[in-house]
Amino acid sequence: MKRPPALANAVDRGLAPFRGRRAAGLLPQARLGGPMPWVIAIMVALTVVAAGGALALSNMVSTASGDLAGSATVQIIEPDAGQRAAQVEAVQEVLAQDPAVEGFRVVPEEDIAELLEPWLGTGEEVEAVPLPALVDVELRDGAGRDDYARLEAAMREVAPRARIDAQSDWLAPVLSALSALKWMALALILMLGFVGAAAVWLAARNALGGNRKTIEVVHLLGGSDDQVARIFQRSILLDAIIGGVLGFVAGVLAMSLLARQFAALQSGMVAGGTLTAMDWVLIALVPLFAIAIAVYTARMTVLSSLRKSL
Amino acid sequence: MSTREGEIVQFDNVGLRYGTDREVLSNVTFSLYSGRFYFLTGASGAGKTSLLKLLYLAQRPSRGAIRMFGRDVITLPRDQLPSFRRRMGVVFQDFRLVDHLSAFDNVALPLRVSGVREADLREPVADMLEWVGLAHRAEARPATLSGGEQQRVAIARAVIGRPEILIADEPTGNVDPEMAVKLLRLFEALNRLGTTVVVATHDVQLLRKVPDSLIMRLSKGMLADPTGALRYPPRREGTVGESA
Ligand SMILES: Nc1ncnc2c1ncn2[C@@H]1O[C@H](COP(=O)(O)OP(=O)(O)O)[C@@H](O)[C@H]1O
Ligand SMILES: [Mg+2]
Repeated sequence: MKRPPALANAVDRGLAPFRGRRAAGLLPQARLGGPMPWVIAIMVALTVVAAGGALALSNMVSTASGDLAGSATVQIIEPDAGQRAAQVEAVQEVLAQDPAVEGFRVVPEEDIAELLEPWLGTGEEVEAVPLPALVDVELRDGAGRDDYARLEAAMREVAPRARIDAQSDWLAPVLSALSALKWMALALILMLGFVGAAAVWLAARNALGGNRKTIEVVHLLGGSDDQVARIFQRSILLDAIIGGVLGFVAGVLAMSLLARQFAALQSGMVAGGTLTAMDWVLIALVPLFAIAIAVYTARMTVLSSLRKSL
Repeated sequence: MSTREGEIVQFDNVGLRYGTDREVLSNVTFSLYSGRFYFLTGASGAGKTSLLKLLYLAQRPSRGAIRMFGRDVITLPRDQLPSFRRRMGVVFQDFRLVDHLSAFDNVALPLRVSGVREADLREPVADMLEWVGLAHRAEARPATLSGGEQQRVAIARAVIGRPEILIADEPTGNVDPEMAVKLLRLFEALNRLGTTVVVATHDVQLLRKVPDSLIMRLSKGMLADPTGALRYPPRREGTVGESA
């Protein structure tokens, strides 16, 4: 009988990591495979859309409230043109003296006619319809209800038909509805993250069960928990990258379609909802976060399951 | 419990029960000395596999103390167990080859787990396969190998890392008597290189084939040591601690 081959020099008894292709080949079914990349893709796509929506809404709310906070409109509804012109004059004097007023502009009659054109049409008979006079007023920062009340009282004295409207008043419920939507989108993102982690947990446990015999052997041959966990991490990493990229592309496509639809509304308010470069960075973080959550969840699932054995 | 010179395993009053059943092993006390060749015999169901599982750290005892390589392995932190397992080679009763790996990759597994580089393991693994007469079957999957061939792959995997102790559970159970003797010669050769060998078998014919062996007999979970050889082994000239 031949002597057994001498191996001592080849065997390094250190705890060098067991990774790479060889380690991955050890567990052929360790690819969570199946629906996993798709589940991750759907999660990422929905999260991207929800995050994009939340950010756009948030921008819209802050732009709109910033624009509107300091502005008001004075309306003078007086059928007699002479009376109307006199009241406009008087109102201008009051506005020019009030400390809360930063500036004002009488809206030209042509502009008002143009604004009302869709409702009133054009032509001779329209001339007969009396138009209200409008004065756009820009208030100093920090102007509040008291200033409105004082202005209105002062104007009423000289122009009984004048009314002042803070533009933020009628927009307030719209803004709070948009805020509520934004919070809902954030809650949705949290729930998606939770459901995604749960799906990975189930898939990892399933893969673990399918490879129990092999894992036991690796374990008994001196494989550490970390070595076994790495094998699963590696395979879910591939799934998560595939899913993350697919989901990101789908989510961004869906978002740009939506954006185009909203842009078609040509509303100044919607225009305030465009995404900044920083927002895009946040959205690009979504698939990265999804990958991190998936790998971390898989690792924890495998480690906690291994700790039950000796 | 102190460790004497050359003592690599100590069991002290070890008991094992699975669940709430009666004890499968009771008051098992013995020591294994470095470089010796042990047979563990007993009828089927006597508890041989259970005792070996305690040895290769697949099972914790219900009571008693176990020391290996001078350390109490029962209180050892979990993250230190792998390095102990890497010092042993195990031939499982059911082989436990990895189905989807070739014979070569199965034999290479302990080296890869230990972090041996690919370039460094090709030759030793090929040599080992040749040594067990399976060089021509290196790329075969376990399912395409005969029972005896699988057993030899399992043995090659157990000894490839030059373990300090080789633990084999019925390693000749699936082969004809001629191959059984060949495999025993293989263990003896390894033993002469300094590896402590523990072979569990219910086949008493085998015991006579290794003249210098020490015999542990299990009966209904109790370990018989009539001559006291397990606790105080007779001196054997020129073998203990001999190296290649
Ligand atoms: N995992 C287990 N759970 C419960 N009982 C077991 C288990 N393994 C072995 N036994 C019982 O322990 C006793 C000893 O079994 P075993 O150690 O396999 O003996 P041997 O290897 O000598 O045939 C038997 O009665 C067997 O039924
Ligand atoms: Mg047995």
